[in-house]
Amino acid sequence: MKPLFLAFASILFLQCAFANDAAPLADDPVTEQRLISISEEMRCLVCQNESLAGSRSDLANDLRREIRTLIKEGKSDDQIRTFMVERYGDFVLYRPPVKPITWLLWIGPFVILVIGIAVLLGYLRRRNAVAPSKALSAEDNQKVDALLAGLGKDERDEK
Amino acid sequence: MKAKFLIPLLLFVVLVGFLAVGLNLDPHEVPSPLINKSAPAFEVPQLRQANKTFSPASMKGQVWVLNVWASWCVACREEHPVLVEIAKSGLVPLIGLDYKDKREDALTMLEKQGNPYLLSAFDANGRVGIDYGVYGVPETYVIDRAGVIRLKHIGPITPEILKQKIYPLVSELQKS
Repeated sequence: MKPLFLAFASILFLQCAFANDAAPLADDPVTEQRLISISEEMRCLVCQNESLAGSRSDLANDLRREIRTLIKEGKSDDQIRTFMVERYGDFVLYRPPVKPITWLLWIGPFVILVIGIAVLLGYLRRRNAVAPSKALSAEDNQKVDALLAGLGKDERDEK
Repeated sequence: MKAKFLIPLLLFVVLVGFLAVGLNLDPHEVPSPLINKSAPAFEVPQLRQANKTFSPASMKGQVWVLNVWASWCVACREEHPVLVEIAKSGLVPLIGLDYKDKREDALTMLEKQGNPYLLSAFDANGRVGIDYGVYGVPETYVIDRAGVIRLKHIGPITPEILKQKIYPLVSELQKS
């Protein structure tokens, strides 16, 4: 039993030895806060469904370190964003900028909404035109009365 | 009246068209903003001769290829024979950028598999990689005489890409 225990213990110990240290936080929480607010708006290019703030990929670590340095150098948020876009393109931004190539992306949904409303209005108007309310003539009224009277009598007979 | 029933079919065809195009795009191939921009300057130690440095400025005046690689990168091994072929052809100088690697590991790999590079720059902390927008090693850049990046290829170079994209571009750039 003892050797088995030792084996397990050493496996656990080895895992501890291989684990990385937590990435050091910047000295001041203000920098860290800005880092998070900037990197949450950016895509990690390695794991594209993760933000730069949330990704644990190696590149994301490096980029966070880079952004931290830029913040300490006194760069504004816009300057840092430009730094990233110059290297990785608009794709790093979760909010793509409005420019000709992204017009369809930004305006598209509204165009589809307007088309949808137009189609709906057209449909409703057509439906009203197809089924106009028609006043019954005196002759029609008599026919209806006769039918109703006949129906009523039959029912009475059955009872 | 009959045409009306074809509308859903038509919409479906359009939808399938969009999906087919979308499926065939590689989401990992992000267009690089560095195309037609000057290759970012850097100066880092060389891999083999650590006391010497390499800077892209020293390649001014010739068309050259920069290949980002690492000994830990599996896809790099896949592309290695293609790089050796470039070196053998002597058509274009090939410079390596050893990205976030250990010197011994990198040298061992080159010794085992052959060294296609004129020299490799050693980017220990990946800082140069960030300037070049590297996010998936291997990546390859074709840089013209004026030091402008003309092509960026992400992922391993295949013999087809070499013949259809890289060689034609290089020979065209070398003419001008």
